[in-house]
Amino acid sequence: MRRILVIAGNTFREAVRDRVLYLLLFFAGSTIILSRLLALLAVGDRVKIIMDVGLASLSLFGALTAILIGTGLVYKEIDKKTIYTLLAKPIHRHEFLLGKFFGLAFTQLVILLLMTIFFQAFLFIHTLKLNGQVFLAALYIFIELILLTAVAILFSIFSTPILSSLFSLSFFFIGHFSRGLLTLIGKMPAGAGRTILRSLYLLLPDLENFNFKTEVVHHLPIPASLQLSAAAYGLFYILFILVLAVLIFRRRDFQ
Amino acid sequence: MAAVLKIEHLRKSYSPGFIPHKKEILKDVSLEVEAGEIFGYLGPNGAGKTTTLKCLLGVSFPDSGTISLFGQPYHSLKAKERIGYLPESPYFYDHLTAAEFLDFYGRLFALGQAERAERVAGLLRLVGLEQAADLRLRKFSRGMLQRVGLAQALINRPDLLFLDEPMGGLDPVGRKELRDIILQLKQEGRTVFLCSHILQDIEMICDRVAILVAGRIMKAGRLRDLISEKVLFTELEIEGVGRAELEKFGECLTGRDGRFLLKVFDQGRVGVVLELVRDRRGRLHSLLPRTQTLEDLFMGMVKQP
Repeated sequence: MRRILVIAGNTFREAVRDRVLYLLLFFAGSTIILSRLLALLAVGDRVKIIMDVGLASLSLFGALTAILIGTGLVYKEIDKKTIYTLLAKPIHRHEFLLGKFFGLAFTQLVILLLMTIFFQAFLFIHTLKLNGQVFLAALYIFIELILLTAVAILFSIFSTPILSSLFSLSFFFIGHFSRGLLTLIGKMPAGAGRTILRSLYLLLPDLENFNFKTEVVHHLPIPASLQLSAAAYGLFYILFILVLAVLIFRRRDFQ
Repeated sequence: MAAVLKIEHLRKSYSPGFIPHKKEILKDVSLEVEAGEIFGYLGPNGAGKTTTLKCLLGVSFPDSGTISLFGQPYHSLKAKERIGYLPESPYFYDHLTAAEFLDFYGRLFALGQAERAERVAGLLRLVGLEQAADLRLRKFSRGMLQRVGLAQALINRPDLLFLDEPMGGLDPVGRKELRDIILQLKQEGRTVFLCSHILQDIEMICDRVAILVAGRIMKAGRLRDLISEKVLFTELEIEGVGRAELEKFGECLTGRDGRFLLKVFDQGRVGVVLELVRDRRGRLHSLLPRTQTLEDLFMGMVKQP
């Protein structure tokens, strides 16, 4: 565990010294501020629009951070051969990989926390009250982001950052649209086609499980069972991706 | 002496790109390195030196064969706690300063904070980078990276140190300093495994060498056993004697200021040449008996079909 923490600490330091991170933070902050402008132009409840755009920007810029930094993390170590000196030290390969994952997950936590506090403060200026539900939405955004981090690291083990980014972005978009398959399944007659689609839905990620933005924006109740099942789904998916990544990385031969 | 490193029948092949044809890089490599010696691992570019190191360090997996470090499997953490490694053309985390970088590697060996601080300062002093302790590695020159790379390899005070082309990127002063450090490590009882194709350095500091050509060990042993002390030829620099006369004794080259450089392969005829110079009232500027060098041996190995 100690060695994982050492690698995680270095990964965190590497991420926070990466200029890309600050660029993304800047854009996330700007989008939250711009949501006020959008609210002025739109018809309807202005606070809801600010919340909608704000939460969406937390999710989108967090995802971009996970993908842009995550896909380069392991690849850079392999490409620049820093991994040679690390693997020559008393460290297991899975410790290296998990260290990278936890380092970036912690970076995501810090960034998301900062963005959420900023968003909450921005919201407070307009409503003069704190909305605890925003933190709940942010928590599930965080689970989605660490899942995306695990996916980005998995792809970066065996492909270039550009390809890994494309794969990870595909995972992100498929994950958010896969629920559409359920509608299709509901409209199809029973048979082979329906079974295939159902299997496909089970195989594909469903990132909408972590999307509580609508409920938070419209002050709808979120049942505890739904929260628990979403958290369990996320944690199992993350575990599955990490085990897969470790298995591939342990067999990786660095030529 | 006990062997700290033992390689037996090591084979390694790679598939270049997507072509399912494997290229064999190491072909049945076996060698032993004894405690306290400086072992030179010689070979031309592409011979398989770095591949051997990658297998030793667990970066690459051998196809077959066994490797043991201090009598333990090469991938055991206990063995790795006792080794240090400096890669060829090192590139390190450029977001860290030299001191942060060494501290990070010190943490991997579970060194306490005070001990890390002491070792980091000592190592930066040893490699001449005290002034650059707080400079980020992205601002380092190649030679400075080589120095900080050596420092990271020594952070755990290793019993066995692997150096892959350590002289690359260093200026003559740096090379001399590195040679001194290696000799100092030997004096402290540490073992050094030195991969290089710079024969001069190997010849100056190594106790034993192995010559690797096209993935095979062509020769291994003590330098004095490998290199014959027999005089190969005598080189004479002569002035005032005609070329036609000198050519009867061996190879003759025209030098500067009307001098000739004569290589006499038959040692019995050197005296005859000296008499000829005296008779012709010529001048002998130098006389140098040439014994076999590591370069002669190496070139002989490399040029063999």
